[in-house]
Amino acid sequence: MTPRPQRRRFLLGAAGLALAVLAPAMAMRQEERVIQVRARRFVFDPSTIRLRHGEPVSFELTSLDVPMGFNAPDFGVRSDIMPGTVTRLRFTPDKAGEFSFHCDIFCGSGHETMAGMLIVT
Amino acid sequence: MKHIIDRREFLKLAGLGGVAFASGLAGWAGAGQPKEDFYFVQMSDAHWGFEGPPNPDARGTLPKAVAAVNGLAPPPDFIVFTGDLTHTTDDPVERRRRLREFKGIIGGLHVQDVHFMPGEHDASLDHGAAFQEYFGNTHYSFDHKGLHFIVLDNVSDPAGRIGDAQLAWLSADLGKTAQNVPIVVFTHRPLFDLYPQWDWTTRDGAAAIALLMPRAHVTVFYGHIHQENHHMTGHIAHHAARSLIYPLPAPGSQPKREPLPWDAAHPYRGLGFRQVDARSTGQAFDLQEFPVERGAS
Repeated sequence: MTPRPQRRRFLLGAAGLALAVLAPAMAMRQEERVIQVRARRFVFDPSTIRLRHGEPVSFELTSLDVPMGFNAPDFGVRSDIMPGTVTRLRFTPDKAGEFSFHCDIFCGSGHETMAGMLIVT
Repeated sequence: MKHIIDRREFLKLAGLGGVAFASGLAGWAGAGQPKEDFYFVQMSDAHWGFEGPPNPDARGTLPKAVAAVNGLAPPPDFIVFTGDLTHTTDDPVERRRRLREFKGIIGGLHVQDVHFMPGEHDASLDHGAAFQEYFGNTHYSFDHKGLHFIVLDNVSDPAGRIGDAQLAWLSADLGKTAQNVPIVVFTHRPLFDLYPQWDWTTRDGAAAIALLMPRAHVTVFYGHIHQENHHMTGHIAHHAARSLIYPLPAPGSQPKREPLPWDAAHPYRGLGFRQVDARSTGQAFDLQEFPVERGAS
């Protein structure tokens, strides 16, 4: 059965509307940067991470030895990092500058120096 | 040799007349108050076992502080040690050796009523197991001359949380205490967000503060940040103590949380202990800071 012209116009319109709504979201998801961060006693690798203001980022966090934490207080985000598991931490930097992040689960004698820097431009 | 010196005289000799700090805003007038004047001493962050340039006399500083406290006359009613008795080590045997040595040195205090709690250096790697072997419970409460003292453990959880079980205990403990009794909390980490960028916070500290907030008179004494700091959350006063090993920089004053360098011209600068006067006259606490030895600041 051939759709009637009125129905065809409706279907085309609906498809267009769906595209208009979904396309930006899909583009945003596509633009999300994925950054892998490995933690081990008592360093993050990488320890300096460059981000762009307003660009969504997804950290894929793993620990190579003991439970750790990733905490970036200036952006109000943190996550546990467990050995053998990839933990995703998503956020969008809403300001530019240099901001520290640190391990917030006491992990040993070098814990207090386990930190890094987010450079947002 | 004159060993015992008057506390006021000590302050005068040490040139510390200007360091007194009145805690609390409203005082205790009209509320519960100490049954009589007394004072206690807060010591903190000895980090026994630490070695390094920030303190070339690491093994001598704690004994000097013990001698200085022993020189106070009249002696304090009790002494509280707000955590980080030892410097962290990954070796459980060495951890116990440090705790044992620390206990031996502190055993030289003339005042034997000493209340301990762990810091993260003592307890975060084994959930407080070694600490408990030498010093008992990590959270508890006691009463003294009309005041209620609560020791909170925010370090045995390596994530720096008090935890739901202890918060429930705190709620029950407060519930058993008359409303007009002043509350004093001892803990290691700040209960509020002093500077989360350096982990100077307690992840669920706000929950503890919420439980304490309905009480009219609450004062918190803590350690961890190796410097004097005074802060109010509402009507609750929070006072951080100096350490007995090395001072740390003011919150956010430099990129990294690293010990301030040893000042050979002014040894032990920035280190010390605190005297806390509780008066029965309806006044708030009176805080005075002491160096580990005369002439230091």
